[in-house]
Amino acid sequence: MNIKKFVVGCFDDEAVLFPAVKKVRKAGYKIHDVYTPFPVHGLDAALGLRETRLHTAGFIYGLTGTTTALSFISWVLTKDWVQNYGGKPHFSLPAWIPIIFELTVLFSAVGMVLTFCYLCQIAPFVKKHHFHKRATDDLFVMVIECTSKTNLQETEAFLKAAGAIEVNMQVAETGWWIGRYDMDRKLFESKTETITA
Amino acid sequence: MIKQQFEIPVGYKKWTYGLLAVGIAAFIAGLIFLGFSSDEHARTRFWAVLLQNSVFFLLICNACMFFICANTLGHSAWQTAFRRIPEAISTLVPVFSVITLLVFIGIIMGGQTHVYHWIDKNAVAGDKILTWKSGFLNPTFFFVWTIITLFVWSYTGAKMRKLSREADDQPMSGEQARKYIWINTIWAGLFIVFFALTVGSTIPWFWLMSIDAHWYSTMYSWYTFGSTFVGGLALIALFIVFLKNHKYLEYTTAEHLQDVGKYIFAFSIFWTYLWFAQFMLIWYGNIPEETIYFKVRLQGVYKPIFWINFCVNFIAPILILMTRGSKRSYSIMTFMSVALILGHWLDFYQMVMPGTLGEHYSIGWFEWGTLALFVGITMFFTGKALSRSPMVPKYHPYLKESVMHHT
Repeated sequence: MNIKKFVVGCFDDEAVLFPAVKKVRKAGYKIHDVYTPFPVHGLDAALGLRETRLHTAGFIYGLTGTTTALSFISWVLTKDWVQNYGGKPHFSLPAWIPIIFELTVLFSAVGMVLTFCYLCQIAPFVKKHHFHKRATDDLFVMVIECTSKTNLQETEAFLKAAGAIEVNMQVAETGWWIGRYDMDRKLFESKTETITA
Repeated sequence: MIKQQFEIPVGYKKWTYGLLAVGIAAFIAGLIFLGFSSDEHARTRFWAVLLQNSVFFLLICNACMFFICANTLGHSAWQTAFRRIPEAISTLVPVFSVITLLVFIGIIMGGQTHVYHWIDKNAVAGDKILTWKSGFLNPTFFFVWTIITLFVWSYTGAKMRKLSREADDQPMSGEQARKYIWINTIWAGLFIVFFALTVGSTIPWFWLMSIDAHWYSTMYSWYTFGSTFVGGLALIALFIVFLKNHKYLEYTTAEHLQDVGKYIFAFSIFWTYLWFAQFMLIWYGNIPEETIYFKVRLQGVYKPIFWINFCVNFIAPILILMTRGSKRSYSIMTFMSVALILGHWLDFYQMVMPGTLGEHYSIGWFEWGTLALFVGITMFFTGKALSRSPMVPKYHPYLKESVMHHT
């Protein structure tokens, strides 16, 4: 468990959110994440997130699939269980290409889905803290991570000035856990103190 | 500085006229030394090379109109910022239509039976397969369908370009914009349906597959389409890079170039898929009348061309164009575009030559000269068309979305 303090600011307008992100980053606050109801183009760049390297992983998975298929078929059909198919040579590459291709696609697809789930920390039965329920509906929720030195009142005032319609402080688990939301809710009920409503 | 109106740069003009001069010289020399030669091989070489080049360039220019229409039909806005480029390239369709038609007249009326075996009446009469096919494969139907096709391509293409020009003059109201998009969709739809009936099926059967009249493949038309679509996209990419380097197209960014690159990458793989599927089914079936097509290409004198074709059109794009950075790099995109245009030109070469010249082929002054001629014609008319209209359809309803395009 890794429990931290967060200051959560809610915005109801993209046009306010973008300059706010800029201001907050400029002021030196560390943005934990911004939760939005839909993908917002350009927000990743505004947040200074680096380009994903998921595709590199996909390429490696694809190569793994190619090698697996090629080495397995060639071992089976030339060493382990040699058979004559219509007078074709035992090592008949053209006939294997479709299977090699399929396994390449399968490996890269499944591998990338799993890697994506791991990177985003989503999976069946895996839970994460919800900073604001309306983040899935109509609010853009910016979460600022606090350290022991962060002045909460100052941060709250800063977010208000940047255009947040609602600001509060939350103590929450940063990572994911397996189980129910109760664990999180207990945490939420006991330790959250709303600064402004 | 933003430049709205294209002025043909001096360097471009020099190259255009240089290539045209070389090309016309090669053509005249070819006409004298090959076209009117008493040697059968020389005459066949003359017509086969003209057939390969005219069909290839006609189809890649038409593929640019296909690009516009397919995107219009999908309501994809990103093409709007640079769509004047494929539009300008597609103005060549009528020009190459005339040239291709002249080549066909030369081959069929001139009785070049080594190019099209099926025009020889005596050979057809004594040949069971050709007699059976003659209801479809005869000069009358060939010409009627070819002329209809060339006309409809040119006409619907011109209509799409005219519609695009309507977005230049005045702002549209919401109602007008909806109507405008709807009319665009209808014409793009008509083009696509006709395109499927022609490039997607009949036209490659007539123009190219009938060279090997005994042989047939159901993959052939799509394979030809894949080849020409990659060529057309590469041509678009080249012009984007060229115009960006001359400070035009301020709305077209690396995002647009990357998406064109993705198209090239994807359709290179699509081409390989069909290329390989056609080969594998024939290889697996192992029926002599089908394998004869690959015998000469894979084991005969065309072996080097066959493998160069494979490496340039598949291995190179899949490895080089895979990363994000390479699709955004002007130099890599230019290099790959040129390589792919030449690669697919070579692909067409190995479609046409084994059935016509067989073992007597050579890639020499006439082949390169004709390529120069057709590249010169393409540059000449594309440059002219670009300079005739503003670079961006200013009031196109989708322009804003295209400017904001983000991959």
